[in-house]
Order: sequence, then structure tokens, then C-alpha cells
Amino acid sequence: MGKLPGPLDIYPLLPGTNCEECGEANCMAFATKLAEYTVKLTACAPLYREAKYVKKLINLEDLIRPPVREVVIGTGEKAASIGGKLVLYRHDLRYSNPIAFFVDVADTLEGDALSQRVKAIEDWTYMYIGQNLRLDGIALRGVSQDPQTFAKAAKKLSSLTDWPIILCSLNPEMLAAAAKAIADKRPLLYAATLDTWSDAGEIAVKHNLPLVAYAPSGLDNLASLVNTLRAMGVEELVLDPGTASRTGLGTTVDNFTQLRRAATIGENELVGYPLLATPISVWADHKEGAAPELTKWDEVLTAASMIVRYSDAVVVHSLDMWTNLPLTFLRSNLYTDPVKPVAVEAGLQEFGDVDADSPVMYTTNFALTYFTVESDIKQAGVNAYLLVVDTEGMSVQSAVAGRRLTAEKVAEALEEYKVSEKVKHKILISPGMAARISGETEEVSGWAVKVGPQDSSGIPKYLQMGKWNEE
Amino acid sequence: MTSNEEGRGQSLDDIFGDFAELELENVTIQVDELKLALRPMVQQLAQAAAKAAIEMPKSLIPAQLKAPLGEYPGVIREITIGATKKEGGSRSNTVTIGGHTAPAWDLFQSPPKNPPVIAADVFDMPIPLAKAVKTHYREVLEDPAEWAKLCVDKFGADVITIHLISTDRQLGDTSPAAAAKTIEEVLQAVKVPILIGSAGDPEKDGPVLAKAAEVCEGERTLLCSATIDIYEPIAVAAKEHDQIVLSWTSLDINDQKELNRRLIEWVTPDQIVIDPTTAALGYGLEYAFTMMQRMRLAGLLGDSELQYPISSGTTNAWAAREAWLKAPELGPRELRGPIWESVTALSLLLAGNDLFMMMHPAAMKTVHDLIEWLRERRPIPVEEYADWTTIDIPEGA
Repeated sequence: MGKLPGPLDIYPLLPGTNCEECGEANCMAFATKLAEYTVKLTACAPLYREAKYVKKLINLEDLIRPPVREVVIGTGEKAASIGGKLVLYRHDLRYSNPIAFFVDVADTLEGDALSQRVKAIEDWTYMYIGQNLRLDGIALRGVSQDPQTFAKAAKKLSSLTDWPIILCSLNPEMLAAAAKAIADKRPLLYAATLDTWSDAGEIAVKHNLPLVAYAPSGLDNLASLVNTLRAMGVEELVLDPGTASRTGLGTTVDNFTQLRRAATIGENELVGYPLLATPISVWADHKEGAAPELTKWDEVLTAASMIVRYSDAVVVHSLDMWTNLPLTFLRSNLYTDPVKPVAVEAGLQEFGDVDADSPVMYTTNFALTYFTVESDIKQAGVNAYLLVVDTEGMSVQSAVAGRRLTAEKVAEALEEYKVSEKVKHKILISPGMAARISGETEEVSGWAVKVGPQDSSGIPKYLQMGKWNEE
Repeated sequence: MTSNEEGRGQSLDDIFGDFAELELENVTIQVDELKLALRPMVQQLAQAAAKAAIEMPKSLIPAQLKAPLGEYPGVIREITIGATKKEGGSRSNTVTIGGHTAPAWDLFQSPPKNPPVIAADVFDMPIPLAKAVKTHYREVLEDPAEWAKLCVDKFGADVITIHLISTDRQLGDTSPAAAAKTIEEVLQAVKVPILIGSAGDPEKDGPVLAKAAEVCEGERTLLCSATIDIYEPIAVAAKEHDQIVLSWTSLDINDQKELNRRLIEWVTPDQIVIDPTTAALGYGLEYAFTMMQRMRLAGLLGDSELQYPISSGTTNAWAAREAWLKAPELGPRELRGPIWESVTALSLLLAGNDLFMMMHPAAMKTVHDLIEWLRERRPIPVEEYADWTTIDIPEGA
């Protein structure tokens, strides 16, 4: 882990007045939270308000700047902040700014085809433990290779959506035309290369836009390109060392890993910028007439690799549920704060208007198990009790196998949370995965045990059938 | 400057600090304004100063990226599973996992010593399976020997795990002797190394795995699994018959160290593979991922209690309902299921896993491909990077 500033590095640069304006008890408490990156420096109003703190402020901003700078694409609520990474491994602290998924739109799409594609991208969603998974932005590709067409499509696109946009063309004339058309939307420009850095850099400086530095010919070349663009005054950079799939995947993973490791652990600020991966590249190998599913399969594998290995934004083409569900799930998993406990509190939960006749189900206190069951019960809108048994944070299946979920434990929980005082029946619905301990549970607890569905998605139907309280 | 600085009690130097060297001659500032708009002001000045200094570079300004090498004093143990005739067993080959000296796939540091391997799950009785999986095994569900053969001959499994679940008191309560017979049939049917899986029945696992260790004498099999609750009979059997033990814990690094310590009272460090538990993509994968990554790094950094190859019950990916749910709006489950297993495996592959216990043939093929692809680091000619900004992608794809 690279050196992140500690509270004691930060504290001397704060006003030290313990004014509590930030909401913390004192400056030391604020320094501690800053060191954990759980508060923003701007919460310290006096630093910004009072001239005498300017020197401190400048030093402080420098001190707490993440080893990977943050770049903002787009404007308004939908703007995508990428990068801002603090650590190489999520267990070192956490990953900030979930990877932004950009889906491509060709500038040759016209009229309805364009608006339908944009709508499909915006509408892609899936409900996952209480949150709507979504995509993040649109990558406009300059397939036409005509600057006017590209600029026109950019203009059209920006009128159709307030989502962040990447303008994608290796031809600076194309970028110049489109950047001019929608500069106020703060698109990301893709890309400056070893051949076009001068022109592309100038466009970025002129419109004050973020720019991708793309150099697939090796990391030294990429570093040189960054060095040059910075000398030109381009401040917001995103790096693309090239994304090769299949037999190129090892090299790609290696390049991304070197860049991120150099920035975080190696404290090499020259490459301390967000990384962009382009799994969409797999479509270059797509053979006409071949099954698109195979190319999509490769795109998912490439994207998943780059989600694990340090990309901050990805450009993909596929818009299917089967391709993007695993990718958005993976992002969501890896960007979960690792200090989030594996276990939720054991106890008796109530859903809806419960009464003495309401069904009683039980589950384990593994957070993911609990939240999944909770979300299924809520979505079904049923009235029910849910007894959460302490299995030391293990799922039903593992807890049964590992003897963390036993008849005794279930009986103890029934007793401890006084379930018999809540309902007038003595019927307990067990998870399907815990069927093997149901007989024993009946013996030990004195409750009748009905085995419920294997997966909690079956709960609504199971309760609806009403079999649980039949003799 | 026109303002009364003394009256304000501070000097420009106080205010601008490090920026005192900025050229300010052409700037007129009212201190009141200055106070109100100080931040943007400072930024503007800084930017103006920076921009004034910019001279258009005439050519690329060279820079280099030094490979960010880490220091890893630890080495992950190399464990060989299976034994050929020459080595006292009956297998046609052995597989070796572990031996790493760097984090997984950090090729710039060092390539993996031994590539990961795939074990296909075979069960000794028909079990409920997701439809997308069952399709491939329908013909062999009643015959573990044929099942194993199919996995090796057709699906390219490197090794076979025979799960003796029928020994479970709830699932048939078959005897250790019956389990031994099944093992012998599988040993006859395939020539690759085999691993033995117990049912997870606290009363039966000990005797069943002990019997398995006995009938596999000389074969150097992996006994799956010893847990923090039931480890002694398994460790004793592994010691007596020179087998390997899978040390299985539940997403807890301290438990893992503790169990490994206890096992070491019987077996040598060359007889341990660890399994910190695999949770499915979307259902706790991050815990499994981070646990593996932490264990591997700890081992490389010198923690001898964690210097073991890692195994994953990747088939657990199918616990995710998104993998198997009949829901046309989520796309064909023939693709959804195996991609779920593949992506679960891929993330653990990148975290450092060495042995994958899997089921879907497409997922097994994919992970084999990924292992080959990830091993290679080569200068890729620039022409091989297509300009994706201009390619034609068929409509509707």
C-alpha cells in the first residue's frame, strides 16, 4: 500500500480552531475522517473562507490528492466521476468511484435508430438487493470518418440525453468538430495518440476537456505521451494502454496492473490517472455471419478482467441482460466497502402488517442471504415474520454444511426472540437449503417445520399457495 | 496593489503562500474581492502562470515507466496431486499447483509457477441441477464412472472430484465401503488424478474420508474437506496413507490459519490445500475474492500458515438465481448460467485461485482458455489493436 496521509499529517494543516462547522467535534476528529476519505475537504468551510488559510489549503489539497486523480465526464447529476482511487487492493481501504460503463453508439445511426439505441442504454436496469443497477454513459464512435457527420451526431446525441459522452475518433479533425459542437457537455475526448498528440491536445486545452492518452505500443510510450500532453497544459487525462482480448488478454491485464501499481504503490504521479479499457475491441474480430453470442461472450470476459484489474471506465457494445448483468454485479461486488460486515444482527424481523396468524420463516444472518430474502419478501408485499438465526455470517447452505446452522441454534433463536409470544401457531418455515435439519429442528424446538423453497425468489408463490399452515 | 495591507493584518505572502513567486504586476486586486473570491482567484492566477509558461512541445517528451516490482520473500508451496505408476499410483499423469513467488498474473514480476487446474464435479447419485447444467449430464447421472469419463474425454477436465454425497444420513446413508467401491470404479474409468469429496455430514465425513484415503493408497488424492469442526480423522487418514487435505474454512483468515496449524500436527505442509469458501457472483463473491487475495498476499509476504495453493468450489456460482432462473427477460439461461460460472471463476483466477471445482462444460472450456490467454505476455504489434472507433458492428448485435 502506498503512503496515504495519516491524521497527524493532516491535522497541522487544518485551522485547529475546533469550530465544529464541519459537524465533527474537533479538528482532530475531522483529520481522522479525512485520512479515511470519508469526508470531503470542502466540509471545512473556514479553510475556504478565510484568506489566512490559503497556504494550508493548498498544501492540504496536495497532501490528500488521491494517487489516482479523479476526472469528471459530463455535467449535472448524471456526470461520471472516474478514478480518484486510493489503493491497489480493495482490502487496503476501499475502491471509490465505481467503474463507469459506456456503451457505444455509431455516428452513422440516424433518426429513430439513434434515439432507440440511446433509450435502450438509458433504460437498461436491474434491481439487485435494493439498488437499481445501471449503465453510465454513451461512447459516440466516429464510424462515418466524416467530421461533419460526427459533429452532427454529437449534437443530436447531446439533445437526446444528459448522460456523459465520450467522443471517440482517432482523427483530430473529427474530434475538433464534435468537441466544438458539444464542449459545454464536458465530453471525454478519445483519443490523443503518438501521432496526433499535438492536434488532439490542443483541442482539449482549447475547450478545457478531459482527454484520453492512447498508446498501445508500450507503457514507456504511454508515459511519454502523458508527459507531453501535460507539458501542453492538458490537466485532465485518462490513460488507455490498449485492450487486447483472447491471446492478448495477459498483456492487457499486465499493462493495467503495472500502471495502477505504479500510481498507488510506486507513487509514480505521471501515471496517476484513471484507466480506460475498451472491451468493445473484440468486435473487430467478429466474422460476418458468425453468431454474435460468441463475440459477446469474449466481450464479457474481457470486460470482467478489466473490472477486476483496475479500469475506471470501460467501453462496451453489448446491451443484453445476460452480458451486462454479470458485469454490473461484479462491479457492485468489488466496489462494496470491505469493512461492511458479513453478518447482520440476529433477531425477529417483521414485514407488512403482521398479526398472530402471520407465517414465520427463518434464515441466516449472512448479510447477502438476509438482504436477498428481505428484498424478496418486500417485493412480494406479504405480511410475515422472519427469524434471523446467528450463523456467524454464513449462508444457509454453508452454515448447514459447517454446522453453524443446527436444530439447536434454530430452537435457541425461537426461544430468545420470543416468537411464540407473537404468533398463536407453532409452524416454522425453513429455507429449502436447510431441509436436512428440519426433522431434528421439530424434535428440539417443538415447532412444526415446513420446508420452504430452495431459493427465496420462491417465497411469494410458496406463501400464496397457503400450504404452510395446512395440517 | 492599492489596498491597505497593514489594516487587514496580513501580507500577500501570508495570503498566497507558495504562490508568492507569481507575477502579480499586471493584476489589480481589491482585498475585499480577494477575500470573497480567494479560491478561484488563486486558481486562476496559478493557471494563468502555468499557461504563460507553456511552450508547445516540438516533439514527444520522453518518459519511462519503471516496472513497479514488489518484494515477496514468501513462496507458495507446490503441491502435486495424483501419482503415476512409477510413483506408486495408477494415474497417467499428475497435476501440480502453487509454487508462486508473486501475486497472480503480475507477469511483469514473475509468471505463475504452475497454471491453475480444473476439477470437474461428479456426484455418486443423481442430484438436482440447473437445467443448463443437467442437459450435459443427463445420460450419466446414475453412473459416476461414466460421468467422470465424460468430463475428461469430452469436457477436458484436468482432474475429477467424486463427491460421495450418498453417504449423507439424509441422502441414502450409504456405507464407507460402498463409497470405496464408487471410488474404485472412477479410478478405473479415468486416468487423471481424482479428488474425493465428502457429503458434509458431521458423523459420516470422518469414516468416509478415512476409507477413501485407504482405497486411494499411493494415488495422492485430495481429501475434501477438513473443517474446523471435523479435521482429526481426516488428518490422521491423510498422514497414514500419504494423501492431501483440503483445509476448508468460511471466509475467515484466522480460522484458516488455525485449522492449518492444527492439521500440521499430523500432516506435512506439502499435504495441504486451502479453501476459504467460494460465494457466487452477486451473492458474496467480494468476500471470497478478498479473502483469497489477502491470503495469497500474506503468504507471499512471509506468513507460512498461508503459503498454500487455493481451491474454489466454483460450482457455487449456480447458487445465484440469475444463473438459472427461468426468466426470458434476462436472456437465455443457456448463456446466463455458464457466463455466471465463468465470471465467478475469472475473478477468483485473478485473485490467485489454483484449483477450480466446476460443472458447466462451457465454463470449464472458458476457464481453460483464460488460463492460456493470461499466461502470455508479449509485445503486441500495434496493428493488432484495431481502431474500434470506426469498425462496423452488425446491426442488432
